[in-house]
Amino acid sequence: MSAPNKSYDPVEVEALKPEEIERMRDEALAAFAAAGDLDALAAEKVAHTGGASPLALANREIGALPPQAKAQAGKRVGQARGAVSKALAARQSELEAERDARVLVEEAVDVTLPYDRIQAGARHPLTTLSERIEDVFVAMGYEVAEGPEAEAEWFNFDALNIGPDHPARGEADTFFVAGPDGTADSGVVLRTHTSPVQIRSLLDREPPVYVICPGRVYRTDELDATHTPVFHQVELLAVDEGLTMADLKGTLDHMVQALFGEGMTTRLRPNFFPFTEPSAEMDMVCYVCRGASVGNPDRPCRTCSSEGWIELGGCGMVNPKVLVACGVDPSKYSGFAFGFGIERMLMFRHNVEDMRDMVEGDVRFTRPFGMEI
Amino acid sequence: MRVPLSWLREYVDLPATETGRDVQAKLIAAGLEVEAVEQLGAGLTGPLVVGRVAAIEELTEFKKPIRHCLVDVGQANTTGEPQEIICGARNFAVGDKVVVALPGAVLPGDFRIAERKTYGRMSRGMICSTDELGMGDDGTKGIIVLPPEHETGIDAIELLGLYDEVLDIAVTPDRGYCLSLRGVARETATAYGLPLRDPALLDVPGPNAYGYPVKVSDPIGCDRFTARTVTGLDPEARSPIWLRRRLQKAGMRPISLAVDITNYVMLELGQPLHAYDRTRVEGPIGVRRAEAGEKLTTLDGVVRTLDAQDLVITDDRGPIGLAGVMGGADTEIADAAPDPETGAIRGTTEVVIEAAHFDPVAIARTARRHKLSSEASKRFERGVDPQAGAAAAQRTVDLLVLLAGGTAEAGVTHIVSPSAPRTVSMAADHPDRVAGVEYGRETVVRRLQEVGCDVYGQDELVVTVPSWRPDLTAPNDLAEEVIRLEGYENLPATLPRPPAGRGLTGRQRLHRRVGRALAGAGYVEAPNYPFIGARVLDQLDLPADDPARRLVTLVNPLSDEEPSLRSTLLPGLLGALRRNTGRGSHDLALFETGLVFHPAAERAAALSLPVDRRPTDAEIAVLDAALPVQPRHAAVVLAGARERSGWWGGGHPANWADAIEAARLVARESGAELAVDQGRYGPWHPGRCAELSVVLDGVKTPVGHAGELHPRVVKALGLPERTCAMELNLDLVERAGEGELTAPRISAFPVATQDVALVVDAGVPAAAVEHALTLGAGELLESIRLFDTFTGEQLGEGKKSLAYALRFRAADRTLTVEEASAARDAAVAHATERTGAVLRGA
Repeated sequence: MSAPNKSYDPVEVEALKPEEIERMRDEALAAFAAAGDLDALAAEKVAHTGGASPLALANREIGALPPQAKAQAGKRVGQARGAVSKALAARQSELEAERDARVLVEEAVDVTLPYDRIQAGARHPLTTLSERIEDVFVAMGYEVAEGPEAEAEWFNFDALNIGPDHPARGEADTFFVAGPDGTADSGVVLRTHTSPVQIRSLLDREPPVYVICPGRVYRTDELDATHTPVFHQVELLAVDEGLTMADLKGTLDHMVQALFGEGMTTRLRPNFFPFTEPSAEMDMVCYVCRGASVGNPDRPCRTCSSEGWIELGGCGMVNPKVLVACGVDPSKYSGFAFGFGIERMLMFRHNVEDMRDMVEGDVRFTRPFGMEI
Repeated sequence: MRVPLSWLREYVDLPATETGRDVQAKLIAAGLEVEAVEQLGAGLTGPLVVGRVAAIEELTEFKKPIRHCLVDVGQANTTGEPQEIICGARNFAVGDKVVVALPGAVLPGDFRIAERKTYGRMSRGMICSTDELGMGDDGTKGIIVLPPEHETGIDAIELLGLYDEVLDIAVTPDRGYCLSLRGVARETATAYGLPLRDPALLDVPGPNAYGYPVKVSDPIGCDRFTARTVTGLDPEARSPIWLRRRLQKAGMRPISLAVDITNYVMLELGQPLHAYDRTRVEGPIGVRRAEAGEKLTTLDGVVRTLDAQDLVITDDRGPIGLAGVMGGADTEIADAAPDPETGAIRGTTEVVIEAAHFDPVAIARTARRHKLSSEASKRFERGVDPQAGAAAAQRTVDLLVLLAGGTAEAGVTHIVSPSAPRTVSMAADHPDRVAGVEYGRETVVRRLQEVGCDVYGQDELVVTVPSWRPDLTAPNDLAEEVIRLEGYENLPATLPRPPAGRGLTGRQRLHRRVGRALAGAGYVEAPNYPFIGARVLDQLDLPADDPARRLVTLVNPLSDEEPSLRSTLLPGLLGALRRNTGRGSHDLALFETGLVFHPAAERAAALSLPVDRRPTDAEIAVLDAALPVQPRHAAVVLAGARERSGWWGGGHPANWADAIEAARLVARESGAELAVDQGRYGPWHPGRCAELSVVLDGVKTPVGHAGELHPRVVKALGLPERTCAMELNLDLVERAGEGELTAPRISAFPVATQDVALVVDAGVPAAAVEHALTLGAGELLESIRLFDTFTGEQLGEGKKSLAYALRFRAADRTLTVEEASAARDAAVAHATERTGAVLRGA
């Protein structure tokens, strides 16, 4: 910036003549009007309003004028610059409007083009369904418990009141694990249910115990449309003071409502399991027909075969012998337990027709299930 | 257990309108698993009548022999004239009584009988076989030939009981008594609140000294043995139709009168019986354990080598039966057959009836040992009413006298080991506390009495349980009886209040997170069976001494090809990849997390611990030590395009870097710092294999590998070319995860960016250069990123250039150019010192 100038400089004063300033202004206005697009206007903006533009340079010279001329020249330059920036803004919006009307249209693309650069992944529905069930109980205050899949017979059978002569302990049902030295009687099996996790939970914790035990289990069935030697279960165990079968029933009802919607309910039918007494088989109302298909041939239901009920699994009050084997005093504590297969629930919940679809890992089966179920 | 409704009605006066479905619903509610109600005679309508074959004309001009018969059906055809019927079967003769379907009848399968012309003659009806009437197998093939006493022209539907309903009940192990009509009738009577006519309530003569001699040497194995003798049996006597039909409906095949009667009484009373041909038994009958190695030929013709634990029935020669399981061939009832010399019908005329009670465990073990499950063993295993034996023997004697013209001998053998009635003590309100319902003492007592218990006491009940309920041993057993009879359907629903929970554990959250992250990155989860064989480990080129070669093996695998449990997730996951490829999916990214199995360190077998107390921690530790080591692994496999090409431009095939990135992703989710080093390991391409490690307790620990698979492995396993894979031990990565994160302080001062290109020997890993730059740059370094790599002539043979962008920033000031440059120079100097890097262009 120039310092105040006492001397008189005729060249610099030339630039501040009224006709010069008018010319600069008019040139700028003409240039803006002539700019055909926003890029051209941006260039003219620099040329006519930038630091090196004639009007900017002229403005700098005002300080060099004698004091009496300063005000007048300042006013002239200021007005000229005001007119220029107003014209610039007007042309800017004019051109933007034009761009919006024309250029952006020209830039249009086909947004329906597919973009499958990386295909979506997915988690297996058996995993996510199991988690969904776990979450129902975690929300109620239960813990999720896990255990080994190759399990000691004591945990898998004995502690559950399944004595040495029980037929389930035969090779026709249970996979036996050979010892490290090849011996057949290593006392280790592939767990046939997740119930050993219940035993481990009772041994690890002081009552009250409320756990949910999901996991893979094994039985010696050949794979076919309705059987698989490797499948998934969720089991529940609650041990506390004063637990009753009514609590079991209420917990089951809550679960099916959480998983299948309001108004769902369960039914208990007496049955026998060594680890529970009393024991029951549990059914849930068919969530598709809600029983409307029963005795109504016009409205057959595939999901429940028009039975109105869907078999879920087994349940009951924990056999006091099981509590004793875990060091829990059955005169003080009682408990309930239930368990069911995830494959089966997935089959009726999502109309899976063939067990093999769930075990073969075909991406066409799994992908549609996404991240959650 | 198959229960014909018509038979059940003999013991309970069910309302005539009750259908099989009605009874099913009642019994299900009472705890019997009635799986189905079979409708016999569904689709069958008459006229179906008894006819007498009056004449047979053999027609021989056809491909197979055909008979043109005249059958007298009495007045059933309204004309009284014999009915002419064409028949292709040959197992009947003139004079035989047969079942005739007259025109208008419909047989099961919508088989409509009409007059029609066939084989050049008129046929006005059909002579029926058991199959055509839907009666099931009766051991005969072909036309039903009825006993002669049935009158011509009467309704055969009623005679054969063709309309009926059969309840098919899956009897649970605790309800052995329901393997009998008597037991099911008891439950039915209780369910309907009707009286029961107990078929076991018979007058039974007391034992005397002149019954067939029996010596029980093992009173533990056999606590009761009743023997009765019937003589003078007519060997020609056949089982009457009602008896045959009841057996058939219950799912048993009629065989011969004596055998049919023992089976009938077993079905009725639940007591298995055995009939010995008395002329073939030598000396007294004995009961003892077998001598190891003794031989017995059972009724099914199999020679069995006995175990010292097997209970056997003996005579003077040795074992004549496997007690409670199956009789021996030597003393079998002889089928009626004509004597080859005289032509007279010969067969068994004298039988000894055995009604014994055997130890359930002994019978179960023998049945399992010899893989021989029979109707008898099924019942003994579940527990037979020990007090029903004498009645069952009496019932058998009565039927033999009635139907076979026999004479009951007066001698009665009845051996009983003394035993007291079993009692269970229970607080009167125990069922209330189990159910969460106030039944009250009165209801509890009444229900227990209905079950057959005698109940004494007020607040504390002393309950004598009935002889047919060996399963009732504890208060909860009695509570179940009360609750089921009061109706499980009447239980209220309440919710317990668990203590406030803490949600999932960190480990459980991590497992979910890893799954979500991999799925989010485009991987599809494919959980696989854990069964593998040693061959796949060869195909994976695993070194001979690799720990993954030591497999946990199953005693009874489903397939001999895959007898072991996986020690790596790769075989299963690569199998899924191959399966998908074979089905036309080619751009594949799969993942699995799951347990792998390594043999237990210790060679001890898992102890058998008691169940009458909590095992000690030391005992549990011994059990756990015997278990295989079961870490959780995570693995991915990739093939085809990781990024596909399209209108946006090119894609890229899945490569080693994608596999390693999957490992980084897993590590990132667990908060662990993953070191990636050049590695070399069996299944992987030797030049494209990363060894993955984490720092555990200050020690760098290998956790797995990632990269491109070895071409040899790809070929051996039939995989797509350049298949890539990653597998790591998720448990170790989880342990390496850092603890709570401290939030970073965000500097508001500007960043100073400096780029450097370094030339190093081609063999120097980029990770080493980056590590050296990072250490050398000091605290001011905010981030470092490799943005280009380059090899070319101008660098010289065996060199590569790595270009890094370094970003510097201070927390408290704007860095000067000099400060940033000094930090960069320090970084480069350190890289030079560590890796021999030379600043490019310097």
